[in-house]
Amino acid sequence: MGNLFKIAIRNLLRYKRRTLLTASLITVGVVFVLVFISVSGSFKNMMIGQITDSVIGHLQVHRKGYVASIENLPLNLNLKAGLAAKLENTLNKQPEIESYSTRIKFGGMFSNFVETTNIRLNGVYPDKELKTVPLLASRVTDGKRVLDKGGIWIPELLAKGMKVKVGDTIVVVATNKDGSVNGKQFIVSGVLESVTGPGGRDGYIHIEDAMEVLRMEEIEISEFAIRLKDFGKLNAFGKKLEGLLSKELNQQNKAIFELNTWEKLSPFFNIARMIDVMTFFIKLMLIAIVLISIMNVMIMAVYERIREIGTIAAIGTLPGRILNMFVIEGFCLGIVGAIIGNIVGIVLIFILNMLKITFNFGQQQGLILQANVNPADIAAISVTVIIVSVIASLQPAFKASRMEPIKALRHV
Amino acid sequence: MSLVVAKNIIKDYQTGEVSVSALKGLSFEIEPTSFVSFVGPSGSGKTTLLNLIGCLDKPTVGKLTVAATDVLHLDRKQSASFRGANIGFIFQDFNLIPVLTVYENIEYPLLMVQNVPASERKKKVNTVIEAVGMTDQNDKYPDQISGGQKQRVAVARALVTNPKLVLADEPTANLDHKTAYMVIDLMKKMRDEFKTTFIFSTHDQKIVGEAEILYTLEDGELTGRQVRGGKGNG
Repeated sequence: MGNLFKIAIRNLLRYKRRTLLTASLITVGVVFVLVFISVSGSFKNMMIGQITDSVIGHLQVHRKGYVASIENLPLNLNLKAGLAAKLENTLNKQPEIESYSTRIKFGGMFSNFVETTNIRLNGVYPDKELKTVPLLASRVTDGKRVLDKGGIWIPELLAKGMKVKVGDTIVVVATNKDGSVNGKQFIVSGVLESVTGPGGRDGYIHIEDAMEVLRMEEIEISEFAIRLKDFGKLNAFGKKLEGLLSKELNQQNKAIFELNTWEKLSPFFNIARMIDVMTFFIKLMLIAIVLISIMNVMIMAVYERIREIGTIAAIGTLPGRILNMFVIEGFCLGIVGAIIGNIVGIVLIFILNMLKITFNFGQQQGLILQANVNPADIAAISVTVIIVSVIASLQPAFKASRMEPIKALRHV
Repeated sequence: MSLVVAKNIIKDYQTGEVSVSALKGLSFEIEPTSFVSFVGPSGSGKTTLLNLIGCLDKPTVGKLTVAATDVLHLDRKQSASFRGANIGFIFQDFNLIPVLTVYENIEYPLLMVQNVPASERKKKVNTVIEAVGMTDQNDKYPDQISGGQKQRVAVARALVTNPKLVLADEPTANLDHKTAYMVIDLMKKMRDEFKTTFIFSTHDQKIVGEAEILYTLEDGELTGRQVRGGKGNG
């Protein structure tokens, strides 16, 4: 086998310019794909991170039917204390869970005593909420990053629109599920930077204050937001938890809970999928580049070496070995292109990171591009290039191996 | 027992709708360790005949046995294996592999065809390379040596596997007379040293005289056979 490689490499070096051009083409393709995957992957991960760590969490559990009516924030679909406790008991037993937060979500009126507007509020236990969506605190652009009872974090746009600042007293008025209206004064303790997506423009108050506004005697939970220790295990854990929750049935023998991953809750999942689709097509382009360039160079190689093929076939070289000779040439070209492409790609990504390029995502400005090179991507690109190189060499190699020595020897 | 037995060999080529008869019922036998030449003008069928003996082609009609093997019924792979084990080739244009050195060209059939172990390979290559007087050119590539030297390398490559038969199609056509005689002398010497049968074709009348058995071909027919000494008992 070593001798086949030796002959293949020497044959490649025989046509230095052509080999260099082909290897360069593959290199450019690999660099392009690697940089694209790194940059788009970085953007995607940042986007997912912003959405899950700022607002949604990795998964959410609601009473069945709540998500379908989530725009109305239906208080009658809250989980009663007994059910909530049961669910908490289940969640506490899951080692995959980093933390979870219970939320009472409701809509109300926000008044600064001069003007009134609508507001969507989350009543939360601040410590649990900040563990579950750790970027929430960093969204507090003005005021305290601690949410005490009697305090309210309001969205930036609302603060601007209503000309409210930290320390001001405001009133929240809400109707509970029985139709009774109640109000409570709050001190604005923080202004929240908005984020794009569901819940990105909600206000936050302490859960006990929410109970007071809604006149709840017993706690009722609208939403459980869950954060996992390992985001990569989202789907596996989602299935596991779904299995556990599906055992909880109501009197009509129907599931009480419904579980949704961030993917089902955020429209940005579609953007993430679009990035994946674009990445797929970029990879297809790489495959096309490698396939066409290697096939072209190997067809030329076979055509130029017909008499040589005739000679080695006449001497007694078996067709399989002739096939291997040409396949190995394509393989070597693929290896060289992949190695150089990966090195250049990594250097380029390093330079991109050094340049600290910024971009905007929704309301968030000046996010720094942090392109990461994933070893799995490097391995996948390299393996793809090498496999495609071998496949591209097969047809010319097969043609060479099937050549009649007598005809090949006559070739001029 | 004869090394090559040909009985009523006919070879027709189809060119479009026209059938051309290249060989017209040839019969002959060639004994082991002979030094045989087929002579005749261009188009007389010399190359076609050598291709049939070398299992590179098959006759349309007839029976052909080489080294006690009926070569008509060998498939593509079997033909390649048979050639690798029994036949050495010397070509008019030398046909050395340009990316391999002199040593590697000679080593090629042992390495890529017969899979001979390294130590044995080295011994065999050194023996033939010394026999053809190319020891000092071991590391040179084909484009760094002369035509005569290339043909000596080709002779060494043909002999390195110790074949029963070496076929040479116009081996001196691209060489000057002096070098041509040297190559023929080398082939004879190698025949004596390695006990191999040499069959070569030529249309060069001066070289013809070097053959021990001379077959004359004209228009695809054998028109003469001369024995000029040596081992010409066929």
